[in-house]
Amino acid sequence: MVSATSSGTPYYFVPHPSKWPMVGAIALAFFGFGLASWVNGAPFGPWLFAIFIAILAYMMIGWFGAVARESESGLYGERVDVSFRWSMSWFIFSEVMFFAAFFGALYYARSIATPWLGDLDHRSLLWPDFQATWPNAGPAGVVEPFQTIGPWPIPTLNTALLLTSGVTLTIAHHALKDNRRAPLAFWMLVTILLGFTFLGFQAYEYVHAYSELNLKLSSGIFGSTFFMLTGFHGFHVTVGAIMLSAVLFRILRGHFTPQRHFAFEAAAWYWHFVDVVWLGLYVVVYWL
Amino acid sequence: MSAVLDHPGDHAHGHAHDHPSGWRRWLYATNHKDIGTMYLWFSFAMLLVGGVNALLLRTELFQPGLQILRPEFFNQLTTMHGLIMVFGAVMPAFVGFANWQVPLMIGASDMAFARLNNFSFWLLPVAASLLIVSYFVPGGATAAGWTLYAPLSVQMGPGMDLAILALHLMGASSIMGSINIITTILNMRAPGMPLMKMPMFCWTWLITAYLLLAVMPVLAGAVTMVLTDRHFGTSFFNAAGGGDPVMYQHIFWFFGHPEVYIMILPAFGIISEVIPTFARKPLFGYSSMVYATASIAILSMIVWAHHMFTTGMPVTGQLFFMYATMLIAVPTGVKIFNWVATMWRGSMTFETPMLFAVGFIFVFAIGGFTGLIMAVAPLDIQIHDTYYIVAHFHYVLVAGSLFALFSGTYYWIPKWTGHMYDERLGKWHFWASMITFNITFFPMHFLGLAGMPRRYADYPMQFADFNAVVTIGAFGFGLSQLIFLWMVIRCIKGGAKASDRVWENAHGLEWTVPSPAPFHTFETPPVVK
Repeated sequence: MVSATSSGTPYYFVPHPSKWPMVGAIALAFFGFGLASWVNGAPFGPWLFAIFIAILAYMMIGWFGAVARESESGLYGERVDVSFRWSMSWFIFSEVMFFAAFFGALYYARSIATPWLGDLDHRSLLWPDFQATWPNAGPAGVVEPFQTIGPWPIPTLNTALLLTSGVTLTIAHHALKDNRRAPLAFWMLVTILLGFTFLGFQAYEYVHAYSELNLKLSSGIFGSTFFMLTGFHGFHVTVGAIMLSAVLFRILRGHFTPQRHFAFEAAAWYWHFVDVVWLGLYVVVYWL
Repeated sequence: MSAVLDHPGDHAHGHAHDHPSGWRRWLYATNHKDIGTMYLWFSFAMLLVGGVNALLLRTELFQPGLQILRPEFFNQLTTMHGLIMVFGAVMPAFVGFANWQVPLMIGASDMAFARLNNFSFWLLPVAASLLIVSYFVPGGATAAGWTLYAPLSVQMGPGMDLAILALHLMGASSIMGSINIITTILNMRAPGMPLMKMPMFCWTWLITAYLLLAVMPVLAGAVTMVLTDRHFGTSFFNAAGGGDPVMYQHIFWFFGHPEVYIMILPAFGIISEVIPTFARKPLFGYSSMVYATASIAILSMIVWAHHMFTTGMPVTGQLFFMYATMLIAVPTGVKIFNWVATMWRGSMTFETPMLFAVGFIFVFAIGGFTGLIMAVAPLDIQIHDTYYIVAHFHYVLVAGSLFALFSGTYYWIPKWTGHMYDERLGKWHFWASMITFNITFFPMHFLGLAGMPRRYADYPMQFADFNAVVTIGAFGFGLSQLIFLWMVIRCIKGGAKASDRVWENAHGLEWTVPSPAPFHTFETPPVVK
């Protein structure tokens, strides 16, 4: 919006009316009704959900494309840049709190629920054979026996992969700040490939858990916390990898300057965030 | 007035000056005033839907015995009344106020992220349609109470899944809205307005947005665990698999208790704007007001288990949560004291915004005191889940949040529409609401103390008289809100022309722009002295 300063960049930026939020809202209507019917076994559920994915992809390409065009045409001044920085920081804060709910569930299950289920009252009245140890399959004998996954080898390799990807991303950032475009694109590509290798290892680990260890989402509280924590983390790695891919796509189109490249930094912040969450998982889920 | 408004020579990026019209203006909106208007109408529509739910409940409870509703449907109505009022009416109404007022009060041209703003809004009708459709699926809507406690919430039909996904969408809407508001306040203030000179309404919203960002994701986690327990075989809340239903209560109330402050802090902000204007004195103790708001927010995150005194916890835990909860009375007392001190020896007049503000202090204080009583663990064990708690939270939510919303509407509606509202209708609305509110909710204290449990479709004969009174009051309160609707419609259609300043002693940037506020304001930032 328009109070042009001497440089031609407006003091404030207010976009003109846009259809993308409405497209997104329609997508999420398909999400809500689609997922609710899918989990209840309605045959059209998966189709509604597929429509949600399609509309969401359309919205993201269209909306992010519009933002990239506005950014490249110099509509975003200093103030908009600061707004982006604040908003990404607060978004990551909200993501931290989302993971806190699941880490909190793990803490509660291990440190409060398990000792409670094994205390004198429960042992003398309900479940005399229950051993209050971690991991456990619950006191009632409703969970099939399972084995757990230790930190070695795959989780440790995955730790190394994510930490390395953080380094390569920083190398890419330095290349961007020095305006060396070829190394920039190369190290971005390496970062993204490391991310997908991580996901590949994790998929292998899940298959291994299901087929050989009998460790499943339904393996009592251990399986619940294990798969929900690592699963949501894997989902966030996927989102981060998509962000980095979008940034790489823009790098190849010649976007960003050594001074102005917040999209790159935002994706990098997010990537470091999923990295830190992984370190927490590595310690409390695999090690302890 | 320092803003240059819609001047024709400035079309370098002229599209922003378009006045979109027709359906595109609303569906594709990027204007904070239009989006604020949509938020406010949506929340009022939800207030009526949730109100109809409540009146159906009260009709059933008019007499002992079962007259018009099956108990299962009664439980659905109880649950949906809570969900719709909390997530559909009160929270979006405050976001509507933030949309309209924050940019005007800090001298910004719009919200920081205009398209995101519209996305936040349009998720709400989607979520509301999920909730309303859930009445018509097999098994009906969720009947687990608005807290959706496991294991009950793990057992219900598809209506529960729709409610969970509706909560996800409303949570996403709140998170995006909060990021927008927090960024706008931190980064878009006019030059010369440091944080400690910002209007109190903006301060309360800044802190509310922080709370929303801290706890809405936790609610998302909690209901996701319910969803996977329901359909994917996890055992988070199932003791047989090593989980614990009590864990749900902890995670839920870690969200749920800050949530009640999310619904009252912006109300404090509105009251802190209204009272200085009509007392013709600056707000007493501005900085103590800021610190009190921040203290309430921080304390609100460490008191959640006072909702669970009867659930079972070690006595040390009970003591901690009891004393931490009682501590909140201190900053809240600071606020009440400051409002009263602002009025002290002020040159007061009692237009409708001030009536609602003074009424707010009066009835909210009652709700605050009953909260303090229930914070005492041994007392709470007696009155837990009785009508005493129903009385308490309606005193803070209806007489607190809703009265503040009315106060704010009367205060700013001349700025929004350009017309003065009908003062006679406003006074009728206030007195009718105030009297019928107390007829409805005051007797609930007695019912609760006498032992009548909440969320029951039937009750023994000894509770009959008070329940009849409550039902009569509830219908009176419901009908009183039609006066408000009529006032709003008349104010939009016409009425005396409002001046720029509207109120004699109103201070703040919003009063420097014309009434009605033009489509675009503060395109160049004003200078604040």
